[in-house]
Amino acid sequence: MPTLSADNLDCRYGRRQALDACSLTAEAGEVLVVMGANGSGKTTLLRALSRSIRPHRGTVLLHERDIWSAPATDMAREIALMPQSERRDWPLTVEEAVSLGRLPHRGWLRPLSTADRATIQQSLEALALVDLRDRPITELSGGEWRRVILARALAQQAGVLLLDEPTNGLDLRFQVEVLRLVRQLAKQQGLSIVLTLHDLNLAAVHADRIALLARRTLLACGTPHEVLTPQRIAETFGIPVTVIPHPVYGTPLVVPLLEENDLVRDRP
Amino acid sequence: MTQRSANFWMLFLALSLLVACTAGLGVGAVIVPPGRIWQHLTGQVVSAEHMAEATIIRELRLPRVILACFIGAGLGTAGAGYQALFRNPLADPFVIGASSGAALGATLAIVLGWQATAFGFGTVSLMALAGSLASVALVYLIASVGRSVSMLSLLLAGVAVSSFISALVSLLMFLNDEKLVTIFGWLMGSLSGRGWAVLRSSGPLILAGSIGLWLLSRPLDVLTFGDETATALGIRLGVLRGLVVVAASLATAVGVSAGGIISFVGLISPHVARFLVGARHAYVLPASGLTGATLLVVADCVARSAAAPAEVPVGIVTALLGGPFFLVLLKLRQRELGAF
Repeated sequence: MPTLSADNLDCRYGRRQALDACSLTAEAGEVLVVMGANGSGKTTLLRALSRSIRPHRGTVLLHERDIWSAPATDMAREIALMPQSERRDWPLTVEEAVSLGRLPHRGWLRPLSTADRATIQQSLEALALVDLRDRPITELSGGEWRRVILARALAQQAGVLLLDEPTNGLDLRFQVEVLRLVRQLAKQQGLSIVLTLHDLNLAAVHADRIALLARRTLLACGTPHEVLTPQRIAETFGIPVTVIPHPVYGTPLVVPLLEENDLVRDRP
Repeated sequence: MTQRSANFWMLFLALSLLVACTAGLGVGAVIVPPGRIWQHLTGQVVSAEHMAEATIIRELRLPRVILACFIGAGLGTAGAGYQALFRNPLADPFVIGASSGAALGATLAIVLGWQATAFGFGTVSLMALAGSLASVALVYLIASVGRSVSMLSLLLAGVAVSSFISALVSLLMFLNDEKLVTIFGWLMGSLSGRGWAVLRSSGPLILAGSIGLWLLSRPLDVLTFGDETATALGIRLGVLRGLVVVAASLATAVGVSAGGIISFVGLISPHVARFLVGARHAYVLPASGLTGATLLVVADCVARSAAAPAEVPVGIVTALLGGPFFLVLLKLRQRELGAF
């Protein structure tokens, strides 16, 4: 039984259609990476799965229950979203920002419990934010701010994590660490994790399954080997590629086929 | 901002208010030293020669100072609430039409010469209250689509409705130039002659609005991250926005009806509060309330002693004092403001 299943989703912003007849499932303990060209509907899919937007048609079921049938706070305890971008107008500290992830559990008035504090501490540690805890979020770098947002989503302690481009703006170390954390959460704690990524090769290494979106609907879904074929990638992104086995991991390695004058050959 | 320094600054603000109130009771046509103020308040009459002083303090200055506290605190918290709601440091309690509606109501009452009293309020105050709430409701209705309300529409509708109503007020003033001074005096704000009756009816309502906002401080924190995040954390935006507008408008409208349009307090108090206690609304809202109260009590002292025995409208004083003060603060702490 899938943890989260989207059936025939049709999402619109006003008249513009952003998703069309898109179906998808996510299992417990699974890392599902959603990929696709710009504007293919990845963010919209995550918004629909997280109950941020109501689909025009179609349903999203969590444990076979419609996510719109329960109160918003209840769903926020089950599904956590890390949005692609977020505002930071007011200088809350890192710790204050992360502690707001406990909001669905403690409501509008109850003070932080010992358990809440422990969860916040764990989330700060998981993203190496302990030393930054008293820093105003307005003074953080882009990558540090992304880690704060992810830490806040972790503090929600939800069974489903939806991460919209979690590695954006992160340096090499944190790209690796965030994806390692994602796999740990899925494998050790049985979370269902759906994330969007732009780096096909990063996805090939870290995903259990890849869902490829094209023209606002699901084009293919399966293991990286099944999905990442040269034809499909060329069709999705509109450039020729070749796929070779990764020299270290054996996963598919996608190499764009450049034209002669793209290359720098005669460097001094 | 650490918890301890936030608590320290809260205490500092509370003490500042206490000092301001003492000054507010002592300063005026008759100057009373702080020691005797306390004796008057506790009813220990010093001597027969100070009997008149006791009446001045207990019946004239005390209700006026307390009312200034309530109005200032209401404007301060409402300003902080609206700045959070609009995620805009330029928002003030009057951003969605509370002041222009009040001005129209009051001007109509003055021009038509209506006389009535209810709950310790005169006609002018009652009409101001009605006008204020009506214009906010109108702006909110214009901006809402179904059960949700767009923040940009709310801001734009607020500006448009305010300008329209202000034009009506100007027209009424133009057509009734014999009442110009009265209308103008009200528009500039004044606490002159406000006694216990006004305080009894307006105080609890302003307090209710302010406490209502404070109860919303945690969702207001989340709202600063943007709508998508707030929704993902289980907040129903329509409900939250409605509650903020109701609570802030109550504090503002009742304050305006009791003291006229007092500018600047609601704009700068939240900034002072954030400089001192950080960004969490559980602290910002009460700190902004304390700042607003202190500011208004001090401004009222100046208003009644600067040109004694005449009174300067307190709204002019708040703007004259608040403007430069705010600019100094801005200059000193420009780095923190860089985020805006």
